[in-house]
Amino acid sequence: MTGAPQPTDSDTDSRTDGVADSFSTPSATPHLRQQLVILYLATSSLDSAVVGWTRYDGTGRSAPTMGDGDEPLYATGLDALLAGWRLIQMSQLMPPARGAEYDVSYLPHEFLFERLVDIGS
Amino acid sequence: MIVDRKHLLSSVEMAHFVAHGSLALEGVVPDVLNDRAIAVLETGLPAHPYGTLLDTVFPAGTFVRDLLDLPTVAGAVQSLVGPHPAIDHHAVHVRPPHGGEAQPMHADAVLDTRVDAFDVQLMYYPRAVTLEQGGTLSVPGTHLRRINESAIGRYQNLVGQTRLVCPAGTVVLLHHGIWHGGRRNDSDVPRYMFKIRFNPTVRQLRLWNTDDIDDPAVRAELSTALPWATGPEGRLELVNRARLWRELTGDADFDIDYYLTREQLRPQLIAPGATDTRLGGGRAADGWGL
Repeated sequence: MTGAPQPTDSDTDSRTDGVADSFSTPSATPHLRQQLVILYLATSSLDSAVVGWTRYDGTGRSAPTMGDGDEPLYATGLDALLAGWRLIQMSQLMPPARGAEYDVSYLPHEFLFERLVDIGS
Repeated sequence: MIVDRKHLLSSVEMAHFVAHGSLALEGVVPDVLNDRAIAVLETGLPAHPYGTLLDTVFPAGTFVRDLLDLPTVAGAVQSLVGPHPAIDHHAVHVRPPHGGEAQPMHADAVLDTRVDAFDVQLMYYPRAVTLEQGGTLSVPGTHLRRINESAIGRYQNLVGQTRLVCPAGTVVLLHHGIWHGGRRNDSDVPRYMFKIRFNPTVRQLRLWNTDDIDDPAVRAELSTALPWATGPEGRLELVNRARLWRELTGDADFDIDYYLTREQLRPQLIAPGATDTRLGGGRAADGWGL
């Protein structure tokens, strides 16, 4: 153990205050909000068929929920790109656990899309 | 109570349950019972410890016992979980007009590791359920997937999901693992549902009427393609259905397609041309530094 300086209470408070202050900085894009679409596809390929879908609306103008539609938003994941959605994450291909290769669980092919919406208009 | 064989499910119906995880008996409860149901459900029913025997929870002469003794209902329940099942629990769900929020999609209880047994959940609707009333949403064929309760709450809609619409007096029987959720009631009338979870007290082996076990429609039901599992997941579903059918029939060689059979093709017979004993006789370090 060297004689490294230990933070004092006032240092900790100062850093905490700094975080709060920094995260209180006004957004550079206060008129923009995020909308999310999550698509579940039949395979790991982005142009495979949509088998499930979910929406979250950061504008607060709607509240998509479980069971709110029977028709997929798009036929494939690629169709979402063509409609202007930006892909920000896709699930990895995970090898099955040895001995549990046939087990089924959560939907494996998840693709997360976003777009930014102007709430000032 | 042992149900007459003629009221048991057929093999085709059992295969349907294994593939879909559900079986709907539409309008099987007569209006005279449906009318009694409302007052009983609004009053509520006493709770019992998990696993209490059916005869204790619902004695003869009570409304629920009359419901469960209907031959069609009794035959289906006995086919799935056997005679004298235990009552895991029961619950009355009343959604008021314009009331409630949609539940997140979930499977009941907790992740269930059983592959050789299952519970059955009976859902009884004494009044007709319209789309507007927000009947239970379920996703056929999801019952064999191992997930933990509302960890699937991120899934809002799946292709092939069913939003229950049914006539008064409908009973739906569900495998415990099926993905489902109650929807919001957007109508002007309350929605009633009564749920009973049954635990088997016998091995779930050939409990139904197996007279039609060789009907090609059995295999057709077991091979049903699911709209949400059109890709490689659908093949895994077939494997898991075949495994469950093996448990239910006692037929250890049953297969759908050739998936489980092919995996066991590891012949041990050494062919006559493979007997050169000079091979495989070396020392462990042979080849290093020589």
